[in-house]
Amino acid sequence: MEERRITKIAKAGSVESNDILIMMSPGEGSLEVEIESVVYKQFGDSIRKVILDTLAEEGIKDAKVIAKDKGALDFTIRARVKTCIKRGIENEL
Amino acid sequence: MSYRTLLFIPGNNPGMLLNSDILGADAYIIDLEDAVAINEKDSARILVKEYINTFDRNADVFIRINPLDSPYFYEDLAVVKDLNVKGIVLPKASIESMEALDIYLDENNIDFKIIGLIETAMGLELSLEILSKSKKVIGVLLGAEDLTLDLGAKRTKKSDEIRYARSRIIAVSKALQIEAIDTPWTDTDDYEGLKIDTLNAKDLGMTGKALISPRHVDIVNEIFSPSKEELEYAVRVMEAVKSAKEKGLGAFSLDGKMVDLPIIKRAVNLLKMGGVYKEEYDGLLK
Repeated sequence: MEERRITKIAKAGSVESNDILIMMSPGEGSLEVEIESVVYKQFGDSIRKVILDTLAEEGIKDAKVIAKDKGALDFTIRARVKTCIKRGIENEL
Repeated sequence: MSYRTLLFIPGNNPGMLLNSDILGADAYIIDLEDAVAINEKDSARILVKEYINTFDRNADVFIRINPLDSPYFYEDLAVVKDLNVKGIVLPKASIESMEALDIYLDENNIDFKIIGLIETAMGLELSLEILSKSKKVIGVLLGAEDLTLDLGAKRTKKSDEIRYARSRIIAVSKALQIEAIDTPWTDTDDYEGLKIDTLNAKDLGMTGKALISPRHVDIVNEIFSPSKEELEYAVRVMEAVKSAKEKGLGAFSLDGKMVDLPIIKRAVNLLKMGGVYKEEYDGLLK
């Protein structure tokens, strides 16, 4: 996918059980991912990989991402990242 | 086989989506309409798409999209059309919306089934016409909460206020040979009330019930399942039909009672509901 840019602050998801809250803002030239999770020790690397893979699939190379995870599975992480991207690039001039 | 239970699952709730297939319902209705806040419609669509594309499921899944008069009808369809689901629940079904959905599915070569949700006074009165508008319609679901609001009726646990609506929906469903699905019981903790309400609906002719609580699944499944005695009698009816055919008898009796076509059809329905219908019975019905 061609490169797309996050132009505004956006968020998606929630801090309910089995969900993840993703917050995204324009980056400073690269991808920066910060993760807070109840299962960080066990699954932190896996969560980061899903987020980075989804960002790559969606053509995002420059963004700051903060994730607050409450035990979300991969399908939920992918969905929330995609929603956040959609919201962050909407109305792009 | 009819769906005894169709359980609503909120479309933007990952935990409930994840657990839905093990809750024991015959089918699930993933909800993009009332269970999803206006500002989360986009999020729910994407979550449902990821869920459906990730997991295999045992039970059939329908998606309740938003109504035609909302800004989300076609946005929902654009996502749902590519998903591996059984079909769509059309809310506030009207002649216009049923036609629009039928045309959309035809134009996109999508083999979805449709369950029409009747929940307005106009929808109820025009239900035969509405549900006849598409060959894809396999069932009608009564939405009593919105209907009683439209009627200006008080919604009660006794449900006298929806007796006409239930009967009307059932008559239309039988005329069209589609499933008649009853409105959900909304008090999640009142199991006795659920039993009475479900039995009333079944006795009137409903073939199944929509649910909003997983805790209602077992009770409603049991009520809509034929009993052992009913199944045994149905098998005996079919065996008697077989025997009469072999002897060339046009009319016959069982246990001293004449067996006519309605009794045979009832036996067939029971055997299908019980999942024990045999293909060899097909030849006996001609």
